Amino acid sequence: MTERFVTRGFVGRRTQPGQEGDVSSRVPPGQYLTTDFPVLSAGPTPHAPLDRWSFSIEGLVASPKTWRWDEFQALPARDWTVDISCVTKWTKLDMRWRGVSVDTLLESIELRPEAAFVIAYSDGGYTTNLPIGDVLNGQAFVAYEYDGRPLSPEHGGPARLVVPARYFWKSAKWVRGLRIQATDEPGFWESLGYHNRGDQWLEERYSGD
Amino acid sequence: MVSAIAWRLGTVTDITDETTTVRSFRLDVPGWPGHRAGQHLDLRLTAEDGYSVERSYSIASAADGSSVDITVERIPDGEVSAFLHDTVVVGDRLELRGPIGGYFVWEPANGGPLLLVGGGSGVVPLMAMLRDRMRQASTVATRLLSSSRHLEDIIYREELDRLANAGDGLEVIHTLTRSQPVGWTGYARRIDDRMLAEVADPLGSSLRAYICGPTALVETAANALSRLGLPPDRIRTERFGPTGT
Repeated sequence: MTERFVTRGFVGRRTQPGQEGDVSSRVPPGQYLTTDFPVLSAGPTPHAPLDRWSFSIEGLVASPKTWRWDEFQALPARDWTVDISCVTKWTKLDMRWRGVSVDTLLESIELRPEAAFVIAYSDGGYTTNLPIGDVLNGQAFVAYEYDGRPLSPEHGGPARLVVPARYFWKSAKWVRGLRIQATDEPGFWESLGYHNRGDQWLEERYSGD
Repeated sequence: MVSAIAWRLGTVTDITDETTTVRSFRLDVPGWPGHRAGQHLDLRLTAEDGYSVERSYSIASAADGSSVDITVERIPDGEVSAFLHDTVVVGDRLELRGPIGGYFVWEPANGGPLLLVGGGSGVVPLMAMLRDRMRQASTVATRLLSSSRHLEDIIYREELDRLANAGDGLEVIHTLTRSQPVGWTGYARRIDDRMLAEVADPLGSSLRAYICGPTALVETAANALSRLGLPPDRIRTERFGPTGT
């Protein structure tokens, strides 16, 4: 549309820019703020028992690595406070997580030179794809606590990937590992009409955006 | 390279009150590419000064040329739903794009038996499936379990009655969780494992399920069907939380 359309009678509600409490600069285009934590998923919630849980890094690595739950808990973890945006349009500020940086997970791993993409895979068969550069340097972590408590199954527990700089479908719930690849491979939603990269600041919601 | 889903202008051609808090809007959208039942669209409202908001709404209608229905529940303090309910009249134009979503979809060609479970306005995308089923004269064995608080909160009640009386293999089962009229013979509690088992049983073990509603209802229903042995890829879910404003 060349000219901007104006909706008859719509004024809207908003904080005045610069006003105290104005957080509009933290809300990506087309998003609205929420204070609760909506649940979205395409199928039933898996319930993986911790004694059978593991997390693996495999694919284009010198030697694949797998951590059991107790081993994963023993890895250096930190607290993360991040803003999250879901493609269904909610944004939630200052979400408090605890988990292990993907940098930490990759510390002991030797990546093959052709490694370029990461496929996160989950219980239940969910996958999502990311360029490896999108999960390094503190940009992604595997969380097992939210708001001071173990991450609940409907929110992706026992552990989920969190990639705050992308729409939330990239933060794979029930994550069980990362597969390192040379070539990109669209994941679940990326194969169903959603954007391959999903940068919320560029409003990359759907294929072709 | 795939081209972006274009923003289009739709003209409101009809407004129908479904309940005291739920209203349907029929839009004529020139160029609408068609849709599958279960998909949704994005609506964008823009003020004079450029301030704009977007929301996603399930499509309520079966594919029918340039005509698209959405059904919107008025959320207390909802910036968009309150505008749609209070300000929009027939003849107004609204900006939208779609269809969106390719997983929570069903067409008669996908077959059945089909179990639809809806809570509150979660019935909207399921209604699109039932309307498409009727439109295509499908006789796929289908049961809709619909949960509402009170009788007067049931969305599409008369149309559901009509569809269920068509004798084409559709049964509609209601549960009323808060109050029931005198002589009510349907369920009178929240959806639970036993209710799911009873409703699913006549459809046999090869059914496919679509569940849409608030998180607690979706979790309960999906878990119950998993425990009944239904494989995860035959349980498709969509959720409406309190933020669906």
